[in-house]
This record gives sequence, structure tokens and C-alpha cells, in this order.
Amino acid sequence: MISFLLSRLGRAALTIFLVMTFSFIVLRLSGDPALIIMSPDAPPEAIAAFRKSWGLDDPIWRQYLNYFGAVLEGELGRSMRDGRPAIQIVSERIPATLLLTLPALLLKVSIGIPAGVYAALHRNSRIDRMVMSFAVFGFTVPSFVLALVLVLVFSVWLGWLPTSGADTWRHAILPVVTLGIGGAAVLARFTRSAMLEILGQPYIRTASAKGLKWSAVVRGHALPNAAIPTVTVLGFMVGSLLAGAVVVESVFAWPGVGRLLVVAVSNRDLAIVQVILLLVAGTMVAANFMVDLAYGIFDPRIKQAQRGGGK
Amino acid sequence: MSVFSKASETSPTEVAATKPEAIPLGVKLGAIWLCLMLLVALIGPSLTPYSFTAIDLKARLALPFTTLHWLGTDELGRDVLSRLVVSIRISLLVSLVATIISATFGTVLGFLAAHFRGWVEQVVLILADFQASIPFLIFALAVLAFFGNSLSLFIMLMGLYGWERYARIARGLAISANAQGYAAAVRQIGAKPSRIYLRHILPNTASTLIVSMTLVFPEIILLESGLSFLGLGVQPPMTSLGNMVGYGREYLTRAPWILLTPASVIVLTTLSVSMLGDWLRDRLDPTLK
Repeated sequence: MISFLLSRLGRAALTIFLVMTFSFIVLRLSGDPALIIMSPDAPPEAIAAFRKSWGLDDPIWRQYLNYFGAVLEGELGRSMRDGRPAIQIVSERIPATLLLTLPALLLKVSIGIPAGVYAALHRNSRIDRMVMSFAVFGFTVPSFVLALVLVLVFSVWLGWLPTSGADTWRHAILPVVTLGIGGAAVLARFTRSAMLEILGQPYIRTASAKGLKWSAVVRGHALPNAAIPTVTVLGFMVGSLLAGAVVVESVFAWPGVGRLLVVAVSNRDLAIVQVILLLVAGTMVAANFMVDLAYGIFDPRIKQAQRGGGK
Repeated sequence: MSVFSKASETSPTEVAATKPEAIPLGVKLGAIWLCLMLLVALIGPSLTPYSFTAIDLKARLALPFTTLHWLGTDELGRDVLSRLVVSIRISLLVSLVATIISATFGTVLGFLAAHFRGWVEQVVLILADFQASIPFLIFALAVLAFFGNSLSLFIMLMGLYGWERYARIARGLAISANAQGYAAAVRQIGAKPSRIYLRHILPNTASTLIVSMTLVFPEIILLESGLSFLGLGVQPPMTSLGNMVGYGREYLTRAPWILLTPASVIVLTTLSVSMLGDWLRDRLDPTLK
């Protein structure tokens, strides 16, 4: 178990390292930020001063090393737009995003998992078919289409809810519902197929053949085993709490991290993009690590395993 | 279905999914829709009544279902039907090419990992972990905005989507195939690795990989339309389905048809591919469930 966790930790650190390198390469080598931030007719001295103050004059390997050193010291750069620390600008946006993604996660779990389990236990029933149609619907309707249709119906035609903005709790309803429906569908589909897979296993037949009550078979044998693949999907959802709402935030003009990212990307505000990339990667890695821990709880076999064989 | 065929096909131990069934209606409709979309993408643009960029300021925001503009016009008086046809071509082109790139890339890496094992395998697995650990939208946003945007770069980027899934699947399949008799037999005869992988292991694993492609394809359509919707995918004057929805959003209240037609095409297409893919998966490879 210990070596398993250590190898996972090593992998997590490696992923973070790769993300940092990736963001450095993409963000630094793809153009001269000085010319993009400053207007093209700015005096050359001003451009030179800008480059010097951001360290853009140094050779690229030194910029890379400086960058790593700075990140390790928690110095994540300043926004090239207004000079405030990027980490501060990003963290100001985090509560707004969590205000959408946490209730949405709750919605996903409370609808998706029970629906999937129920559908699997009553395979081919009418409810199963309804759940599956809902799941396919959630898979195939892009979030921006769902969002716009909801706006069209509830804001434009019925006039019940505001179209966009973030002034009152009523503004959060449509974005949360948009995020929740899509995720619930994904979760329901995963849970259902995980349950079906387990229900077809010989040990389930054995358990019920030895006279165990069906409810006990489901609770004691089927659910814990079906939890493993479901936890993986759930881990991904937890990991995307920060960045899972890029499109939805853009549609609803919600002042969260995702919208900040889109704006920062189009302004080429390097520091902000880097911070968001690192934060997102960090949460993803942390969530994956928690998933690995959960594996250990749900599946004692993994304690011995060297690698958890893919998704 | 005759009693005869039923008796010959069904054995008591077999699971329900392997029983031959009539093709479900949804799958048929999906296949018809996809054929229609392919046809539109191939010959549609030469049949459209207007150029997709032709501006007609006298006919701005014309209502749909009129003889001149079947699906109405947009804010610049451009014919929505003509734009839709071109958008379908672009979106399908991007998604199809990207799916093929991603499947090829991922499968090759998976086979390399299975063949060399050792550090090659570790590198492939680490890269796969890395790719899987960043939400692709974030990854794509960073790359696109910073490398600028051209259609070919955009397609290449979309071609990175999902490669890690093929790589993992191909690696797993190839490792187990290598342990099986047929691969060992061909190797004993003295076949080169490239021959073993391409002529023997690939055909034996193709069904699983094809099913994975049908699962990734709709996601690529959604990704393409999502990025284009944000204004960071296919760039004007070129148009794509997501692009049309993105620009139509400004006219949501006054002219919802600009947005609703491309949106329904996206939904119907992804729906069709998913249904076809699910059905294929049940037929070809129940293990993927």
C-alpha cells in the first residue's frame, strides 16, 4: 500500500512538473507578449523597459529556471494588464465558480447515482429506458445549447429567471441546472453500466444462490464493487470544480475562473493563464490521488497491485 | 424470427446482449441522419441558393419558412440554410479528420508501449496520465489562443483529443494479444514486428478500437462546437456549427432560428453517432461497456 501511494505521489508530482513545463513552453514561446500587451506604436524604450521588467530579455532556459524557482517560492507572477498578483486575481474568482460548481456537483451526485443504480437493478423497465434516454440526452446536448435553450424558455419566454449576470441567487439557478443536468446524465450512465457489469458476475449469482436476500446482495456485494468505476468519474468531476464551467460561465456572464480564463486567453495575459492552468492541474491531480485512496478502500486487491490498469 | 434460428442462436449461458436482434429504430434513424449529413457535407455547398458569405442588408433577420430563405437570414441578411450547409461540411471535416488523427496516434503509441515495454511504456503512460489530468478544453484554450488559429492547426489540436484512451486500450490489447498463440506463432515464423502488429494484432483488436472511435467522435464534435462557440475555434469568415450558435446567441430573443437550427444539427448528429456507437459496441465488443 505504501509503495503504491508513493508511486502515485511521484506520478502526481511528475504531472505537475509536465503541466508547468507545458504552460511555460506554450505561453512563452508562442509570440512576444511585449508587442501584444503594448500597442504597436508604443515608444521602443517603453517596450524595452516592459521586456526587462518581465524578464523577457533573458535567454529562454534562464526564464524557464526562473519560472520554476518563482513557482516554488509561491511567486506566480503579476497580471500583465493591471500589475496585481495573478494568484490574487484568480483567487478572487474562485468563490464565484464554486458557487456554481459545488451545487451542480451535489445535483449530479444526487440525481445521477441513484438513477443509474435504479436503472441497472430494473434493467429494461420503463424507468431504465427513461434514465437511459436522459443519459443519452445529457451526453449529446452541448452545455452551451442546453444553456441557451434554458435561457430561451425560462428567461425570454416565461420571464421567470434573469438571462445572465451574478447579482442574486436567482442568477445562479440556470447555470447550476445546466451544469448539473449534463453531469448527472454522465454519472447515471456510468453508474448503470458499472452496476450491470457487476450484476452479471458469478459471485453475485453465488451470493443470491446461497439464500442471501436480494437487498443484502445489492448492498453488500454489488454496490461496493460498482463504486470503483463510478468513483473514477466522480474524481474527474471533483477535479474540474474549478475549470468545469468555462462555457457555462461564458454564456451566463458569470464572473468566475472560467470566464476569467477565456478573457485572459484572448488578452494573452500570461500570468493569469499560468496560474489557472496550475490550479486546475493541481486540483485534478489531488482529485485523482483521492480516487486512488478510495480505490484502496473499495478494492483491497489494489493494495497489492503495482498499477491500477487504466480507467 | 423463426423458431429454428432462435433455437440455434440462444444458449442458456449466453448473455442477452449477444442475442441477434432486429436493428433498433433509433439506430436506423441515426444511420439515415448520418448518411444525410455526409451527403450534405459532400455535395451540399454546390447546391446552396446563396453564397454562405453573401450579405443582403435589405433582408436582415428574415423569418424562416419563406420561399426566399427557407431557414431565414441572420443579422447581416446571410441565408441561414446556406451557412448551415457549409457549417456542416466544416464541422464534420474537423471532427472526422481529428478522430482519425487521434485514433492513429493513440494506437501507434499504445502498440509501441506494448512492444518495447520498459521506459518507452513508462513515457507513454506518463504522457497519457498527463493528457488525462488536464481538462482538454483548458489545454486547447491555452494552445489555441497562444499559437493563433488556422484551420489546420485547429484540426491538429482536436486530433490530440482522446489519444490517451486509444493508447491505453491498444497497449492493453496488444499485451494480451502478444501472450496469445497466434502472435507467438507468427513471431516464431520470423515475421517482423511491424508485420505482427499491422497484419495480425491490429485486425484482431480493430473492433474495440473502432467502437472507441464512435465514442470519441461525438465528443470531438462537441468540443469543436464548444470552442467555436467561445470564438476560439473555427474563425470567420469560415463558419462551423458552433460558430453559428455563438454568433446567433446575440440575437437569441429577436431571431432564435439563427441559433436553433445549427444547435439541433449538432444535437441530432452527436445523438446519431452515440446511438450507432452504443449499438456497435454491444454487437462487436461487449467488454467495453
